[in-house]
Amino acid sequence: MKKNRRLIHFQLSYTWAIATCLLLIGCSTDEDISLREKSIIYCSEGSPESFNPQTVTSGTTIDAIANQLYNRLITYNTEDNSIVPAIAKSWHVTRDGKKVTFYLRKDIPFHQTRYFTPTRGLNADDVLFSFNRILDKESKYHQVVAGNFPYFQNVNFGGLVNKIEKINDYTVRFSLNYPDASFLAHLASTYAVILSKEYADQLSLASNEKQIDQLPIGTGPYKYQEYKTGSLIRYYKHPDYWQETNDAQQVVFDITPNNSGRLAKLLAGECDLVAYPIAHQPIINNPNLTLESVTSLNVAYLGFNTAKPPFNNKMVRRAVAHAINKKAIIDAVYFGRAEAATSVLPQSSWAYDNSLTHHMYDPELAKQLLTQAGYPNGLTIDVWAMPVRRAYNPDALTMAKLIQSDLQQIGISVNIISYEWVTFLRRLSKGEHQSVLLGWSADHPDPDNFFSPLLSCASAETGSNRAFWCNQAFDDILSDALSTTNPNQRKAFYSQAMAIVKEEIPLFPIAHSKRYQGKANYISGKSLDAFGGIHLGNIQRNVEGGE
Amino acid sequence: MLIFTLRRLNLFIFTIFLLTVLSFSLAFLFPGDALVNISGQVSANQEVLAELAQSYGKDQSIFNQYVIYVGKVFSGDFGVSMISDLPLLDVISTLLPATVELSLVALLIAMVLGIPIGFIAAIRHRKNSDNIILSIAMIGYSVPVFWVGLMAIQLFSIELSMFPSAGQISPVYEIERQYGILLIDILLSDSNYKWQAFSDATSHLILPAAVIALAPATIFIRLARTAMLEVLETPYIRAAKAKGLSFAQVVYSHAIRNALIMIVRHIGLQFANLITIAMITEVIFSWPGIGRWLIESIYQRDYTAIQIGLLVLSSFIFIVHILSDFLYAALNPLARGKKYGS
Repeated sequence: MKKNRRLIHFQLSYTWAIATCLLLIGCSTDEDISLREKSIIYCSEGSPESFNPQTVTSGTTIDAIANQLYNRLITYNTEDNSIVPAIAKSWHVTRDGKKVTFYLRKDIPFHQTRYFTPTRGLNADDVLFSFNRILDKESKYHQVVAGNFPYFQNVNFGGLVNKIEKINDYTVRFSLNYPDASFLAHLASTYAVILSKEYADQLSLASNEKQIDQLPIGTGPYKYQEYKTGSLIRYYKHPDYWQETNDAQQVVFDITPNNSGRLAKLLAGECDLVAYPIAHQPIINNPNLTLESVTSLNVAYLGFNTAKPPFNNKMVRRAVAHAINKKAIIDAVYFGRAEAATSVLPQSSWAYDNSLTHHMYDPELAKQLLTQAGYPNGLTIDVWAMPVRRAYNPDALTMAKLIQSDLQQIGISVNIISYEWVTFLRRLSKGEHQSVLLGWSADHPDPDNFFSPLLSCASAETGSNRAFWCNQAFDDILSDALSTTNPNQRKAFYSQAMAIVKEEIPLFPIAHSKRYQGKANYISGKSLDAFGGIHLGNIQRNVEGGE
Repeated sequence: MLIFTLRRLNLFIFTIFLLTVLSFSLAFLFPGDALVNISGQVSANQEVLAELAQSYGKDQSIFNQYVIYVGKVFSGDFGVSMISDLPLLDVISTLLPATVELSLVALLIAMVLGIPIGFIAAIRHRKNSDNIILSIAMIGYSVPVFWVGLMAIQLFSIELSMFPSAGQISPVYEIERQYGILLIDILLSDSNYKWQAFSDATSHLILPAAVIALAPATIFIRLARTAMLEVLETPYIRAAKAKGLSFAQVVYSHAIRNALIMIVRHIGLQFANLITIAMITEVIFSWPGIGRWLIESIYQRDYTAIQIGLLVLSSFIFIVHILSDFLYAALNPLARGKKYGS
């Protein structure tokens, strides 16, 4: 077989060549560590609408921009959601609660980018500019977004703030039309960022006011580098940032709307952090990854229409409350990804009263209560289940079915009712329901944002109080809590309020759902917050144990 | 050769004519206003629409409108995307090079793997190795590309962490765009991280390119095998053998070269097939190419993008086809005499 020797040789060398090629390529992937290690990649679920938080409310946009590019006068402590200094090193509220003075730090530089070079640090002019932009309808920068500042409009910021004065270069005073304890909460919310007046003036000279929301200048830990529509946002480190931060050279938001694609990127090590992972088990099972979660500031509840029978009877409400198995609902509807709610206020709120207890799941007790209420043979009720999927309630229909079978045990038969969403809301506001599965997401962590919209007399008439429950004592407590700024006093008031809600049960709180994030183990530090977006400046990328 | 060139040119012009007619008529066949469909200006006010109607010659006969349309297309005015409002020429000139890069690498892989394996099969005709190669080729040809793509991601990206699962390059690298072919742009860039970027881009390219190459490679195997078998039957091979050359010498000096000519003829045909596979693969691997964009445009009912995308993509495939015909003719004088294009 001599003639074939060269052929066999050819075949062999060919195989070797291919194998060597594959080997070389296989090795080359391990070399790209250094720039990758100096960068943080966050795989986000969607594109930002703007680069200025003042003009948006979408959570995706806030995640991407707010804490990365900007600072606020004051901010929240991520542990207990109390208000702590940021740009303002301290503040003072007058006794009548109508004047709030902020004393600013003097060492805060703005970003230097290819489109702007600051000549001075942040001062009172910047604060005035940032808020007057929202308040002053004559301002060019107000008109450039057609006066569209949704958060500030929702909380009637214009009606609350009378004027803002510059006392000196580093002191600013807000004068309010009436005292409001949630005023500080508004200023600490992610929307109340401080922009650069110097940059705005420079843009005005070029009549290019629109650019202020597209090419941002802030004081945050990262500065804007580029945005490729629908594909990525790149920020560079702000080298003179005034707070402690990580040493990542750049932060990239890799926009990946496809849920399984986003998870795959985390599993394949292409992302360091990933928003809203679609499946949790692959992350939990992987020794190199961690699943983080935070209880969001929201609540899902079963609201009773207290304006008509049978739920105008407190005994019936109590009976139902003791008959529902909350744990089963959390397992089946939220797949365990939620906390059982004891009150409308989530446990993570600073005003939450830790001594509060659940209505125990106790069908026997429920049966007794029902008999006491005058329904020894049971009754029939309607439960309305909302037709849409929300973060606080991913599947109201299944929840209604679980409640149906729970209540069956104590002799209450349930009709589940659902309409198309708009019709549903309209009929709901007319009070046609007996009970309804609904929920609430907070705009800011001030506890009032949970009680007033859901349970006050005023919102029973015009707002979102679907229990139509009006309790004068409860309302008085709420307004007392708003008229003081002392957190301890407020906490005491809200404890009383929660006790009343627990006793009266105008609504039965079910769950506070969680927000999830997957991350690689070499990322340490907490970036996830109960509200108001992620803080990439708070995390560290540890080189050891990396790739 | 002149006649041959003229014939091909004739075929080219006629095909482009048919393609533009199809693209032009799509504007009328898609739902909605033909003017909006053809220009992509969905949110235009009355004045802008009137101006557009003027520029597209809406007051003239259909034939004149077609002529104006063709003029616009050839001068690069493709209109704007109905969804993103970006000029389609810019969008396409960003995306097409990425597809070209991916397809060329895939074609290269398919040829480098497929042709020699086919030759081996032919040389070992009717032996076990021949049978095994043919069976594997048959399986490779039969499995659907989306399945192979997903399995490849599952195995090589997620389980083994050998290759990335999505995109063209890790987003940490900033590469200035010059020619649009990423690997070339990287080599031309003055970034400090040039070689890191290059190796990262290569590792992003391997997996999708290999997935695309699978089906064409199996076709090349069978083509090469048939071509080699045919060549080995020819009288000049027998003559070479009679001269006393060893079998290896015969294969090296005579058979391979002549068999290759027959394969070159099919490269153009395979390229069309390859682009189709590439479109699906781009979706699976989030490759920023024209195929993924076209499929997204179809989802989003971006009619302007669909018309122009189809026109550009089919013209591109056709041009490649013609080029490979020329290559074949240059290599093989016999082909120049053939009267009809194929």
